[in-house]
Amino acid sequence: MFGPVAGVLFDGFAYGMLLFVLSVGLSVTLGLMNFVNLAHCAFAMLGGYVAVLVTNELGWPFFAALPLAFIGAAAVSVLLERTLYRRLYRASDLDQVLLTIGIVFVSVAVAAYLFGTTQQPVDVPAYLRGSISFAGVRFASYRLFLIVVALLIAVMLVLGLEHTRFGAQVRAAVDNQRMAAGLGINVELVFAVAFALGSGLAGLGGALAVEVVGLDPYFGFTYLIFVLIVVSVGGLGSIAGTFAAAALIGIVDIAGKYYAPELGAFLIYLVMVAVLMWRPAGLIGRRQ
Amino acid sequence: MQSVKLFAAGLVAAVMGMGAANAQNAVKIGVILPYSGQFADTGNQVDAGIKLYMKQHGDSVGGKKLEIIRKDVGGIAPDVAKRLAQELVVRDKVDIIAGFVLTPNAIAASSVVQEAKKLMVIMNAATSIITTKSDYSVRTSLTLPMVADTLATWAVKKGGVKKSYTMVSDYGPGLDSEAAFQSAFKAAGGEIVGSVRMAVANPDFSAYIQRAKDLNPESIFVFVPAGSQPAAIGKAFAERGIDTKKVKVMSTGEFTDDSALKQSGDAALGVISAWNYDHNHDSAMNKAFVEAYRKDNAGANPNFLVVGGYDGMHVIYEALKKTAGKTDGDSLVAAAKGMKWESPRGPMMIDPETRDVVENIYIRRVEKIGSTLGNVEFDKFENVKDPVKAAMKK
Repeated sequence: MFGPVAGVLFDGFAYGMLLFVLSVGLSVTLGLMNFVNLAHCAFAMLGGYVAVLVTNELGWPFFAALPLAFIGAAAVSVLLERTLYRRLYRASDLDQVLLTIGIVFVSVAVAAYLFGTTQQPVDVPAYLRGSISFAGVRFASYRLFLIVVALLIAVMLVLGLEHTRFGAQVRAAVDNQRMAAGLGINVELVFAVAFALGSGLAGLGGALAVEVVGLDPYFGFTYLIFVLIVVSVGGLGSIAGTFAAAALIGIVDIAGKYYAPELGAFLIYLVMVAVLMWRPAGLIGRRQ
Repeated sequence: MQSVKLFAAGLVAAVMGMGAANAQNAVKIGVILPYSGQFADTGNQVDAGIKLYMKQHGDSVGGKKLEIIRKDVGGIAPDVAKRLAQELVVRDKVDIIAGFVLTPNAIAASSVVQEAKKLMVIMNAATSIITTKSDYSVRTSLTLPMVADTLATWAVKKGGVKKSYTMVSDYGPGLDSEAAFQSAFKAAGGEIVGSVRMAVANPDFSAYIQRAKDLNPESIFVFVPAGSQPAAIGKAFAERGIDTKKVKVMSTGEFTDDSALKQSGDAALGVISAWNYDHNHDSAMNKAFVEAYRKDNAGANPNFLVVGGYDGMHVIYEALKKTAGKTDGDSLVAAAKGMKWESPRGPMMIDPETRDVVENIYIRRVEKIGSTLGNVEFDKFENVKDPVKAAMKK
């Protein structure tokens, strides 16, 4: 009896960790810049396609593809931020939504034009495929890898926020933008760097996701829903909140499908509604 | 002012007259396919089949030139499909309408061809009832119940499987294939030990597979929409330790399509599928067909979509030859009924009663062919008809 439960918990947690890597960037930029960037998952898709290109066309190893996906997505995000996003920092939420959703549509068309609409495989090393058996439970190797990577990222992010000067500047700008600017912090630079980091993480998440959920030009739309659920349940601007929310959503989704498959994908929406009614700012969020 | 209006009216009349005069010597075929959007690849594959047939057989039949007018339906959009069919009939004055990858679009266009009395050739859409929606529609692809039914019968009678667990996606085609598989499996003497309907938008299958594993079934029947899901569930099977040598994993051919196999890798080895066509089919005609297709399509392999388009054009050409160029719907449909021919997929026929396809369904296993994975046919069921319509008659 323990076997299936452990399996479900493990799979759910691994899925949650993938959601964490995809969502943490959006949570930080939403909380930090108050900019509704719905194009976040388009950056994830970009990272995915970079990984596909690097492993299939260039033949480089998967572990070289991951940092390249991060850098690629971050670079494109800097470009877009300089040219498009900064014009709308003071604009209404609706304008920001329209711009970023428009970017997603463009990304779909560009991806379909460059890569076609079929699924793209990524070449993952053989030791990451298959599974390991431990105490009678099978653990998929790739999911173990996902968990390790996500935990590393979480630790690095928390350490970065708490123990670096830049991290202190980010925390100051999140808490009170005007005060931070008044104290001489270059808030614009903080924004730009944080945005690039967040989008880079999305790109990394996209590259990691290809092996688990596949990649097609509609990735930017398909996963936007899950990312938004995680970000709203976790609370904007909070890494711990995103982590907790992602783990919760991942486990609830998988456990729900195991114990009550008739509910299907609906359970996570119920959880989102319940959490937001209990804590409207998210699990660890604050009201702005 | 008055003279300008008169001149313009005269010009329009002359142009329209010219158009009508030209139409006598050409047969116009309107092709409705998803050339853009999520299903663009499928639309382009059917179109490639059409192009290949026309290249090999010339673009005129019985002295009349064939003109193809292509319309993009963009995806699942029955209202758009209906409008495009109307435009083709009224504005472009087509004689035949063909194409249709997706069921809702085919059903929507059926009402138009029924009223306009034009031959409609369905080159892919696979739901049984489509051909009952109009007396003028003919299908050259397959129906899902044909496949699921055949697979279930094979499993019990020849596959040595007495119990099965079904996993399908919770939407139209999934439920159709679940119903067809389960009823045929039970009719052949097997027992369904359990079933699950999975969410359609589903990135993670591990929970569903764990449920299946708990029951330790002899065999599992799977149906998921093409795209990312076949590979995802294939990998999930391997991750959860479902060994295809011990548990027979059975599915329809979309699951073991070339692109799905590329994605799943060795996790798909041993999966058994039933389908009407694979490019590895061992016949002289198919080998020539595959070679010709590869030449025109940058080395890509043809699939069931291509062959559906190819055979659809065959029906049109042969029907026009039989009617000596008459293009009204009644004559063409009468000519198409009972038509028998050898296709790259094997022998096939248009059923004179239902106007649907009658063909071989092959049972294949995924094996390594050289260095890549492919479907190897090891059994077949001949002259398979759609069971849903056959049951409706009784």
